Parts: sequence; structure tokens; C-alpha cells
Amino acid sequence: MKKYLYPYRYRLAVLWSMVLLNIVSGLAIPPLVGRAIDGPIHDGDMAGLVAIVGVIAVLGAADALLQLARRYFQTTTAMAIEKDIRGALYEHLQVLHTGFHDRWQTGQLLARVTSDLGMIRRFFAGGLVFAITSIGMILIIMGQLLFIEWRLALIVAASAVPLFLIGRKFFREYLPAARSEQDQSGEVSSAAEEAALGIRAIKALGRGPLMAARFEKEAAELRSRSIFKSLIASRSWSGYDAIATSAVGAVLVFGSTMVAGGTLSVGDLTAFIMLQLALLWPIEATGWVMAHGNEAMTAADRVYEVFDTEPAIKDRPNARAVERSEVRGELVFEGVRFAFEDDSREILRGVDLRVEPGETVAIAGKTGSGKTTLVSLPSRLHDPTGGRILLDGTDIRDLRLENLRSVVTTAFEEATLFSMSVRENLALGRPDADERDLEEAVRVAQAEFVYDLPYGLDTRIGEQGLSLSGGQRQRLALARAVVVRPAVLVLDDPLSALDVHTEELVERALAQVLRGTTALVVVHRPSTVALADKVALLHEGRIAAFGAHSELMASSPEYVDVLSAEPEEVAA
Amino acid sequence: MTAAVNETETKTEKHDKHASWRGRAESAEADRTSAEVDDAASIKELRLQSRRLLGWMMRPHKKGIAFLCAILVVQNFTSMATPLLVMFGIDNAIPAIADRGDYSLLVGIAAVFALVSVLKYVCVRLYIAQSAKVGNAMLFALRNRVFRKFQDLSVSFHERFTSGRVTARQSSDMESIREMTENGVDDLVLAGLNVVTITIVMLVIDPLLAAVSLLTFPLMLLLGRWFSRVSAVAYRKARETVALLIVYFVESMGGVRAVQAYRREPRDRELFADLNTDNQYAQAKGHQQNAFMSGGMRGIGHLATVVVLLFGGWQVMRGNTELGVLAAFLLYMKRFFDPLNELVQFYNVLQSATSALEKLSGVLDERIEVAEPEEPKSIASPRGELRFDDVHFRYREDQVVLPGLDLRVPGGQTLALVGATGAGKTTIAKLVSRFYDPVSGVVSLDGVDLRDLSEAELRRHIVMITQENFLFNGTIAENIELGLPGAPRERIVEAAKVVGAHEFIEALPDGYDTHVRKRGGRLSAGQRQLVVFARAFLADPRVLILDEATSSLDIPSERLVQRALRTILADRTAIIIAHRLSTVEIADRVLVLEHGRIVEDGRPDELIDRGGEYAALHRQWEDSLV
Ligand SMILES: Nc1ncnc2c1ncn2[C@@H]1O[C@H](COP(=O)(O)OP(=O)(O)OP(=O)(O)O)[C@@H](O)[C@H]1O
Ligand SMILES: Nc1ncnc2c1ncn2[C@@H]1O[C@H](COP(=O)(O)OP(=O)(O)OP(=O)(O)O)[C@@H](O)[C@H]1O
Ligand SMILES: [Mg+2]
Ligand SMILES: [Mg+2]
Repeated sequence: MKKYLYPYRYRLAVLWSMVLLNIVSGLAIPPLVGRAIDGPIHDGDMAGLVAIVGVIAVLGAADALLQLARRYFQTTTAMAIEKDIRGALYEHLQVLHTGFHDRWQTGQLLARVTSDLGMIRRFFAGGLVFAITSIGMILIIMGQLLFIEWRLALIVAASAVPLFLIGRKFFREYLPAARSEQDQSGEVSSAAEEAALGIRAIKALGRGPLMAARFEKEAAELRSRSIFKSLIASRSWSGYDAIATSAVGAVLVFGSTMVAGGTLSVGDLTAFIMLQLALLWPIEATGWVMAHGNEAMTAADRVYEVFDTEPAIKDRPNARAVERSEVRGELVFEGVRFAFEDDSREILRGVDLRVEPGETVAIAGKTGSGKTTLVSLPSRLHDPTGGRILLDGTDIRDLRLENLRSVVTTAFEEATLFSMSVRENLALGRPDADERDLEEAVRVAQAEFVYDLPYGLDTRIGEQGLSLSGGQRQRLALARAVVVRPAVLVLDDPLSALDVHTEELVERALAQVLRGTTALVVVHRPSTVALADKVALLHEGRIAAFGAHSELMASSPEYVDVLSAEPEEVAA
Repeated sequence: MTAAVNETETKTEKHDKHASWRGRAESAEADRTSAEVDDAASIKELRLQSRRLLGWMMRPHKKGIAFLCAILVVQNFTSMATPLLVMFGIDNAIPAIADRGDYSLLVGIAAVFALVSVLKYVCVRLYIAQSAKVGNAMLFALRNRVFRKFQDLSVSFHERFTSGRVTARQSSDMESIREMTENGVDDLVLAGLNVVTITIVMLVIDPLLAAVSLLTFPLMLLLGRWFSRVSAVAYRKARETVALLIVYFVESMGGVRAVQAYRREPRDRELFADLNTDNQYAQAKGHQQNAFMSGGMRGIGHLATVVVLLFGGWQVMRGNTELGVLAAFLLYMKRFFDPLNELVQFYNVLQSATSALEKLSGVLDERIEVAEPEEPKSIASPRGELRFDDVHFRYREDQVVLPGLDLRVPGGQTLALVGATGAGKTTIAKLVSRFYDPVSGVVSLDGVDLRDLSEAELRRHIVMITQENFLFNGTIAENIELGLPGAPRERIVEAAKVVGAHEFIEALPDGYDTHVRKRGGRLSAGQRQLVVFARAFLADPRVLILDEATSSLDIPSERLVQRALRTILADRTAIIIAHRLSTVEIADRVLVLEHGRIVEDGRPDELIDRGGEYAALHRQWEDSLV
């Protein structure tokens, strides 16, 4: 937290001085009013009255201006701080590994970035200032009260004891309740997001009503948690109000007897009670402030949950930088093992594979055999749990992550496009790519359709590229990878959504690109194998066969099983 | 008026600002519901709608709200009683004791004070509990209504609106309304009551003095008017900036793998920072205006004190007014202005909630393009005959996807669609499952126009597996069960077995109860496809549409699926879209599509013999197999 407040220290210092001044100016007025009544008005001294009123007017004007300036700076500063934290949180989320993102619903992250930060901001801009103002006011008023009549002031002080007890209980109960409400509100956003993202799947099955029922369940849970939280509040705030009022009553009773006994003047008693009435509101509002404080605390907890998650994949301390031009592109897997966290099954159990510079190796294997997992390792989307991967003889973990990822580029099996311009999508991995680079990549991927879109490359494509056809999406994603011109190109089932004819065109154009590039290509059908110099069969976590397609067709029955269409034709 | 013009200007400016990376959408309205246009008339209309929405939210809680008001009235009395009692005590009880040693009056006052305290306790407690119930119930109803509306809106709406914006409506807009219901409605009502009662009390105790102090009223009104005018503009804008921020956040977190793999972090950060800053300024704007109002109110309060003190003092000196009356008056003034000062802050919250409500009512008023029929027809025993009669379709004005399609698929037939990518295959499938309505022409099932079938009826007969395999957060069993909600476990397992998903599911740590994580991140692409397949199989519809349902499968799994398909599809109508001709071979009939036109139509073996487009494709495919 301190880190984010530091840049604003001067502003905050000014702000707090204004807050203090504002308290003083606000409190200075009631005694003057009391003085006016007891003095000039009582004595019929018009000139004296005008003088006091003049002072009040000046003070009042100053108070109003201070109030304005203070509020203005307060919100401006708080908004700026909120923005800073949000930016930092975003940056942190960006570097967290995919495992984290798989597990966290977007709605939960969103709740942290928006409503939780909002809560913290509101507390700092409103609640905290208010709390400190109140405490300041309470202290000053208590001082004044003591000055006017210490015996009466003691009565007021005594009322603090039950207030404290109630407050303590409140803290204990409210914190967990607020937390569980905030968590649930993240669930509700997640449900909303998912139902919007999956709208096609839902509509295709006609499950709108079912989804609505599920959403309703989440929303109902949120409702009951909110109500529960408010019930806790209702039990304590009510006490605050009642105690503060009783204290006024007590003062009036004792004060009156004192006035009757001649130990106190009417003016003093009036001033005392007037001051005490000024105390009423801060005390009544304490419950509200504490609630806000509690909510801000739990919100901060939730935000820190994310901040405290260390990125699992990051640079080693002495990581080396590599230049794209220096990389030959020799990629070696040495006894690579891999298991996902919290899943005991080992997906890769000692993969040994050597890809020579410029060579294209196809990876074949059954559904779920670990092909995608294997090819996600060279760009360090995951780190192996055993063994190592060498690029030109260096363990990739000793290379700087950003360098590595500019050397190794992946086209995923799902296109993962963004609702931005085509250009922005194409240049995702190379923002400085010029028109020619884009054109070339578009040609290789046979994605010329982009020029026929209403605004060409400036057309915004729908969310996840869903305003394109399946094959168009896949070609765009392929072009995006080609634009980067990496030393190692990873293509995960890059042609699955293309028709036979287009597939052949893409293969022909791609073959030229692949000539100088080390490539790993995940394949499912024999036609794609044509791209590769050699094929590796991934079977039970190991490379079970490695060689040219025709060799393997002859020598490896498993390979035939995975990649040959023969038996089907027999069956047909 | 000028405000509206200004807003339009800033809006266009804003669009330009991000256009460089967001790209251009077909219409400028892409981000908005159609109700949210900027001209003055529609803003007015939107205000009206949002008020109606508020009315809708409150209607079921009339009694609850009346009860709340009653509590507040009592509570207001208790607050009001305090200074009255003080005044009474000072003016009467003290003299009684001093002159006659008569304590009874004081005892009476003490008793009343005790009563007031208890009443206050009860009121506050009841109020908070009851208002939480009412407020949350209203939010609950609103959330559900908005959710259902989003579900009803067409796919094309969602395409331009984006899920991020949907999430924004359901999270940050709701949050703003929640903030309003949770804090301060009581302040508003209390302050209102306060103003009324104090005015009355003041008028009763000293009309002249009261009239003088009420001189400040018009000033307050002016200030309030000013604020509500400027802040409405500010908050409307702020709702939009936060929505943009959320859209960007949701999308870049959803695609975080691509972001990391393509080292897009710096660029993303830059764009996000931009949106973040925009949002910061937009949000701050309303609060800053509020600061002006807050200072102004404070000043007006002091002004009133000055005036009353001068005039009242003068009156006291002339003997027209009692000293105690003036003292009480000044106390009242304080009680009058203090809540108003607090109210200024609540006004802020209120304005923000109002804009949120406007946004939501914009959504609720959005016309549903693919609407439910007024008088739905039903099909008693569906045969599954599909017909396209001169169907024209386009997504965009300038690009016709289907230029007049005529097609009849008899019940029970398995039809395969092949053709180059972008030919319009998926489009045909989407028309059959009524994601869109044709621009002209009719798509019908068993002679009934799809537009005359209710949503529920249509989905019971026609189910599609889309090209994008979407899994929901939940277990594998839950995801399969989506095909037939309430299906017993045996049927789920059976469905999985038929499509060949059983083995891998059993091998997962928790079997069918394994959580698939966000969007099924825990499964491989082929596994996801199998789960979706099992889901469709469980649904058991008359008409089944498979759009590339086997594209990510390995050959052995594909073979298994095909074998299953032969039995599944035997007695139902099916449309299969596939690039792998192995899948096509199980079809009774093949259509070759080119730019939305049918160029060939016939049995697969016939077409191969005929030696046309399909035969060429087939040859090419066979060649690729070796
Ligand atoms: N995030 C994850 N957590 C746990 N297990 C996972 C995760 N991702 C994948 N798996 C499991 O790891 C195995 C390999 O998955 P992977 O995606 O690498 O398969 P694949 O060979 O690419 O299959 P496909 O051909 O279907 O794409 C699968 O059994 C899958 O269930
Ligand atoms: N939602 C949409 N908005 C605008 N244009 C679209 C939309 N969906 C598809 N299109 C366009 O309509 C044309 C036909 O698309 P369609 O999805 O029907 O192709 P397809 O035959 O299924 O192709 P594929 O084999 O690649 O899936 C394409 O040019 C595509 O860009
Ligand atoms: Mg895979
Ligand atoms: Mg398609």
C-alpha cells in the first residue's frame, strides 16, 4: 500500500492539512454563536453582535472554501491512486502463469480490479477522512466540553465504554461476512460473463432458461449473504444511535440541576449541549465508517491475494539475453517430464527429441496424449517438471523470457483472437511489423479475405474473431505467427479447420517459410504431415517413434494406428 | 442542450482516439444498445425509461417501502425531539427547580429521553434490516431480469456488444445501484422529512425568523439543479469508460496465453493504461463537481447562521423574541444543514446509480432481432423435414453470404455440406438453428416457418454442435448433462461411451466429477470436442447439426465417432459440416457450396462418379492420405 501512496506524499500532506484546518474552521463557529447569544445579544450590544457575526461570516466563508478544495483534492488524489493500483494489478496478472488463469474465473479477477479497488478508494477518500475527522472532532469537542464543564464531560466520556464493546463485537462478525459477500459477487459476475461468452453454445442447445436458473441461484446466494451482512450492521449501529442520544439526555438532566444550583450558566449549558449535539452525528456514523473500513480491509485482502501470487515462470537471476539473429534454432528435449500441478498423472515421461536447425518435425499422437503440452514447453508457457530443453545448447530457462518468446512463437489450436482491428491482431507478436510483412504473412496463410472486409485491415473483428468463419479465424492466427518470423515456429494443429483445397495452398506457401525455420507442427491427419521432414510419435509420454512418414508407416504399428485412414475404408 | 452536444463531441473524439487499435466497426453504435444514442430526445427518453425501470423494481415492495417510510418518520420524530426537549428543559425545567425546587419536570424529561433512545434503537435496527431485505430483493430481481434479457438477445447483438460489456452491466453498473440502495436512501428520506419538519417547527416558534432563514432556500435549489445537470453528463460518460476498461480487461485476461506467448504485455499495458486513465478522469469529474456542491452547501449553511444571528439578535434586543427561542432556532439550523451536507455526498451516489440504471434500461429496451413469435405454432410429431425457400442472407450490407438458397432436406436424411472455407456452411447451420433470421425467404421445419416456433420448441427439435467447443465452468458430468438437464448419471456415462470419451474421463483424477476449469482448460482440444459431442448426443433431437464436430480428433477417435454417428443418425435429420471427407462418407447426400450457392448435389458415390467438384476434392483428399 505504501508503495502506491508514496508518489502522492506531498499531495496527501496538503490534503491532510486541509482536513485539519477544515475541522478547526467547522468547530470554531458554534462557540462563537454561543458567545454571541450570551454576550452581545444578552446585553443588547448591537455593535458587538455585528463584530462577532462578521467574524463568523469570514470563518464560514473560509470553511466553505476549504471544504470545496479539500473534497476536490481528495477525490482527485484517490482516483489517481486507484488508477495506479489497478495498473499495477493488471501488470501483475499479465505475468502470472496460465495455470493461475485457468483456475481463476475472470469475474473474480474483474471484481478485484473494479469493485474491490473502488471500495478501497471510497474508504480512503470518504470513510477514512471521515473517521479521522470524526476522531479529531470528538477529541476537540471533548476538550471544549471539559473546558466548559468537566463533570458533564465525564458523562459523555463514560458513554464511550459501551460504544467500544459494541464496536469490538462488530469487527469480529462483520469481516467474514463482508468477505463472503464480496466473493459471491465475483461469482455472479463470472456467471454473467460465462453466459455471454458461451451464448452460442447455450442457444444451440436452448439452455437459456437453465442458465437463467443457475444465475438466479448465484444471485440469490449473493442476496442472502448481503442481507446477512446488513443484519450484523443493524445490531450494532442501532446501539450507537441510542447511546449517543441517551448521553444527551443525561447531560441535560444533570446540567439542569447544576444550573438550578447556580454552578452553571444557561449559556454554558446551551453551548455544551449544542457541542454535544455536534458529537451525535460523528458517533452515529461510526458504525457506517467501521463497515466501510471493514469492507476496504477485506477488499485489500482479496487484492493482495493476487499480488502475493508469485509468477511461477519468470527469469532466473542470471538469465541471458539472446538476439533473434544469433539463434540457429537447434531445439533439444532431454528427458523432459511434465505433470500439471495438482494432478498426479505424468503427461510426459521422459521425452527425448532433437530438432535440427531449419528442420520441421511433426508431432503425432492420440487425443490427449500431450502434444499441446509438449509444444507449449519451448516458449515456457509451462516449465518441465523434470529434464530440460535446450535451444542452441542453452537451457531455455537460462534465457530471458521476453527474448525466448520472440524467438519461439506458437500458433495455438484455438485461434484466440481479440475484438480489435485485424491489423492489431496480425501484429500481436511484432508491433513494428510494416505493411509488407503483414501482406507476406497474409499470403502465406492464404488469408487474403482480410482485404475484403469492409475496412480492410482496420476492420474490427468480433469478440474472439467470431464474426469470421472457422477457417478464416485459423488462417488469421496462422498469419499472426508467421508475421513474427521466429527462429522456432510452433504450429498446433494449424490446418484443422481448412478444406482440402485451401489446406494444400497453405501448405505450399508455408513450406517456403519453414525452409529456414525450425518448426514443431502438431498433426492429426496425414495431409498435414507433408509439411514435415520427420515425424515424432508421442505415445504414453515418450517419443515412441521418430523418422520420415513413409518409414514409420512401414515400421511402427502404433503410428499406423494413429495416422492411417486404412481400417476405416475397410469398415466402409 | 449544450451539454448534450458537448457529450456527442467528446464521444466521437473518444472513438477516434481508440480507433487505431480497436479498429472500425460497421456501425458507430456497435458498443451501445440502440437506446443509448446521444441526441437530447433519446437521452430524455432514456431517463424516462430508467425511471420506469425504477418503478418496476419498487412495485413489488410497496408494503416494505411503506413500512420503511413509517420507520423513518418515527425515527425523524426521535431526532427532532432531542433539541425540543433541550429547549423545553432549559426554558422550563431549570426555572422550576431554581424557583420552586420542583424536580418533576426534569424527571419527566429524563423519562422521555429514555423513551426516545429506545425508540431510536428500535427504529435504526428495524430500518437497516428491512432496507437490506428490500434493497437486495430489488437488485436480485433486476439482476435476473437483465440476465434473461441478455440471454434472449440475438447472437448478432452479442457479437457487437461483447461479453465484457455484458459483464460490466452485471458488475459495475449493479454495484453502483447497490451502493445507492445500501447507503443513504434513509439519509435522503430523513433529510427530506427533516427539512419539512424543521421548517414547520421553525414557522411555529417564530414565523418571522423562520421566513428570514428560509431566504437561503432558492440558493440551495439552484445549486442542486446545477449539480444534477452537469453530473448526469459526467456519470453517463463514466459508465462508458468503465465498461470499456472492463471489456479490455476481460478480453486480455481471457486470451492471456496468446498475450504471453506473443509478448504483447507492453502493448497491452499501454492500451490498458490509456483506458485506465480515461476512466480515472471520467470518474473524478463527477466527484469534483460534487466537491463544488459540497463547498457551496456549507457556505449557504453558514450564510443562514449569519443572517439568523443578526436578525434574530436584533429581534431579541428589541424584545420581539425570547433568547431561548433564538438559541433553539440556531440549534435547528444546525440540524437542518448537517444532514443536507451529508446528503450532497449521497447525491453523488444517486447520480451514478441513475446513469447505471439508464444503461440497464437501455439493455432492457433493446429490440430482440430474433424474436419469439406472438402466437407460437407447435409441431406435434416432427418428421424433421427442413426447407430453405429462396433464402437470402448477409451479415453486412455489402457482402451477401447466401444469394437465394433453395433446399429441401427430407426427414431422416443425413446431409453433408462441403466447400471452401468461408463458403457459407456454418451460416446455413446457424440459420437452421435460428441464430439469425434470413433477410428474405423462409427457413422451415416440417412446413412451419422457424420464426413461428417458440424458442423452447425449436431447441427441442434442432440442436447444433458449434464450431467452437465451449465448456462451462463445472464438472465434466455437468457439461454433458447440459444436453439433457436432469439426466441420470447412467445416461451421461452412456453418452460418453458412445462417442468414445469414457476412457479418458475415467482416467481423470475425479472421473466424471473432475472440474474442467475455466473454458475447459483442463482438457485437451480433442477431449473438449468429445465432451461437447456427448452433450449433443444426450440431447437426442430430431435434427442434429454437426459443425466440424470432429476437426480436432485423432483418426482413431474420429473413426469411433463415425461409427457412433451411423447408428445415431440412422433415423434423424442431420447436417454434417466437415472438411475431412471421411466424415462425409456416412452421408446420404452431399452439397458442394461455393460462395453461398449449391454447385453440386447428390449421393457421395454418385458425385464421385460424375467427376465434378466433389470428385476433385475427393481425389485430392485421397492423395493426401498416403
Ligand atoms: N491445465 C491442465 N491441467 C491438468 N491436466 C491437463 C491440463 N491441460 C491438459 N491436461 C491433460 O493433459 C493431457 C494432455 O493434454 P494435451 O492438451 O497436451 O493433449 P493433446 O495431445 O494436445 O490432445 P489433442 O489432440 O486433443 O489436442 C490430457 O489428458 C489433458 O486432460
Ligand atoms: N458473424 C458474422 N459477421 C459477419 N460476417 C460473418 C459472420 N460470420 C461469418 N461471416 C462471413 O460470412 C462468410 C461465410 O461464413 P461461414 O462461417 O458460413 O463460412 P464456412 O463455410 O462455415 O467456413 P469455414 O469452413 O471456414 O468454417 C465468411 O466470409 C465470413 O467472414
Ligand atoms: Mg492439443
Ligand atoms: Mg464454418
